Amino acid sequence: MPPASVQLLLRFAAASIGMSLALSTAMAGSPQTVPDTLAQRMQPCSACHGREGRATQEGFFPRIAGKPAGYLYNQLDNFRSGRRAYPTMTYFVEQMSDPYLHEIADYFAALDLPYAPPQTVGAAADEIARGEALVRQGDAAHGVPACAQCHGATMTGVLPAIPGLLGLPRGYLVEQFGAWRTGQRKALAPDCMARVATMLTPADITAVATWLSSQPVAVGPAPAGSLARPLPLACGSVPP
Amino acid sequence: MTMRLNWPRLLLALALLIALAAALVAWLNVRGEDALAGSADAFSATPEQVARGAYLARAGNCAACHTDRGGAAYAGGKGIATPFGTVFASNLTPDAKTGIGSWSAAQFWRALHNGRSADGHLLYPAFPYPNFTEITRADADALFAFLRSQVPVAQANRAHALRFPYNLQASLAVWRALFFTPGVYEPQPGQSPQWNRGAYLVRALGHCAACHSPRNAFGATRDSLELSGGLIPLQNWYAPSLASSAEAGVADWSDAEVAALLKTGFTPRGAALGPMAEVVFRSTQYLDDADVAAMTAFLKSLPQGPAHPATAPMIGKEAFAHGAALYKDRCASCHGAEGEGGRSAQGVVYAPLAGNRKVLLESPANLIHIVANGGFPPTTAGNPRPYGMPPFGLSLKDEEIAVLATYVRAAWGNAAPAVSALDVLEAR
Repeated sequence: MPPASVQLLLRFAAASIGMSLALSTAMAGSPQTVPDTLAQRMQPCSACHGREGRATQEGFFPRIAGKPAGYLYNQLDNFRSGRRAYPTMTYFVEQMSDPYLHEIADYFAALDLPYAPPQTVGAAADEIARGEALVRQGDAAHGVPACAQCHGATMTGVLPAIPGLLGLPRGYLVEQFGAWRTGQRKALAPDCMARVATMLTPADITAVATWLSSQPVAVGPAPAGSLARPLPLACGSVPP
Repeated sequence: MTMRLNWPRLLLALALLIALAAALVAWLNVRGEDALAGSADAFSATPEQVARGAYLARAGNCAACHTDRGGAAYAGGKGIATPFGTVFASNLTPDAKTGIGSWSAAQFWRALHNGRSADGHLLYPAFPYPNFTEITRADADALFAFLRSQVPVAQANRAHALRFPYNLQASLAVWRALFFTPGVYEPQPGQSPQWNRGAYLVRALGHCAACHSPRNAFGATRDSLELSGGLIPLQNWYAPSLASSAEAGVADWSDAEVAALLKTGFTPRGAALGPMAEVVFRSTQYLDDADVAAMTAFLKSLPQGPAHPATAPMIGKEAFAHGAALYKDRCASCHGAEGEGGRSAQGVVYAPLAGNRKVLLESPANLIHIVANGGFPPTTAGNPRPYGMPPFGLSLKDEEIAVLATYVRAAWGNAAPAVSALDVLEAR
């Protein structure tokens, strides 16, 4: 038999197997039952942010579980309004109403889940020291406020709209500073983080990201209830 | 022996021919235009007109293009990507310098009806005046009244970024001479007022054909194939045929199902996703019941072309098993082990995939989009908390998406052509 017809026969046989397999499975019955919960509705989020918004330490995507609801809502709205740009996020929220975005933000904010061990290990001591200094004291010579002044003494955020910075991937942190500097990421005006980002040198940015991503997170890292001192810069995303 | 050509005469004839063609194109571009009557100040709107215009602006989904992401309402600036370059939507707020504040109602009508701007320049048909030409003068005036009631926003229009020769008004004039005829909607005497209202909404204001009709090489929709489905340029979503029961035709749907899709973006048969989610979110969910019923009556009456012959995909035993494993791992918890879909206390929330027309479309573009990018149906009054689909494009390779898509097109009695990794690469 010439090879061409052998091939044809084989393809026909393969198709027949496929068809008979298809026909042998039962025809569709009535739909199965799934939970009527927000957790079920938010399944798409876990593709990147991990199960229940816990996020993956090894990856790029930020943890969203336990972040202040006001912060999460602001970010969802930023994506919807084009102040932040990430195609999948924009695509998911662009046809969502305000009430639904608030409900989603509240849901993830209320999750209290354990953190994974720190992502960054074995970083150079001088980089860690520089990072920690910027986080705790800032850089007065260059007018850079300490991260802790706004994000809380324990860096776990402040209600209602300032996010915690621990447990975030190093690459994510570095990219956010880059995005602020180039205008790819914006917040409601006045955009305080855009100002901070332009005050920091690239070396400062990596030092801060290295220190933040090397810190273990204690159990129950709840955001602080209120700011200890007034904000050093005006932030449109934080209601006065 | 050489033939002697009378060059001067030949050139003269050629010049005459060109002049005639230009005159014909010019005439075709202004035919059917009324004389412009009235000035900007002469227009006074009634509150009823403004309210009517607000409703019509939603029915026509003006904001989809004329409101930029995060921008002021109707202030324009949004880029519409076309195969010929990017067209930027204009400022429709009543700012005198940058918007339509100094336009007259007649100039606004001419823009909708004839595709010419207030200053006389020809408008690009990314602004769907081939459909809007059928909008009535009364509706155009109501739209104008509504837009004039908006807060003026000073935002200069962005110049289009079109490639040569599409950037020339002369090219556009030729295009218009070939593909655009101004017209009015003529009610069909044999049909009910409801049907005619539906046809008007679908054809004129709703400009459904802008996506749901095929386009020729020059980007013009083909009237003879109206609403028979088209691939949306650059977005690579396929707007399925409204005139085929195998695609998105609704001849055999109940009125309630069609209404549910337009008003809520969701039916137990499936959800509006991708570009249609936006249409429901910004436009059709706001239509009143009478207009939804009218559109339903018209859409249900569209002649349904022959169904595609069911094509069993070529899929080997190994690929089928691979697809089945991927399906079990990624899809079954929501869409069911047998593609039967999923329901919660609110009713069916995950579409059945067995017998699902979206899965079985000849073009696999939409299926690939949905598997790779996921998505949520729009939030609407009737479906305020939609369930969503995860994006698998991050965790599955093109080959895996192809195998998975082919599997769902072959399992549970489904039969549609196989999907290749190349299809996935092109569509995602």
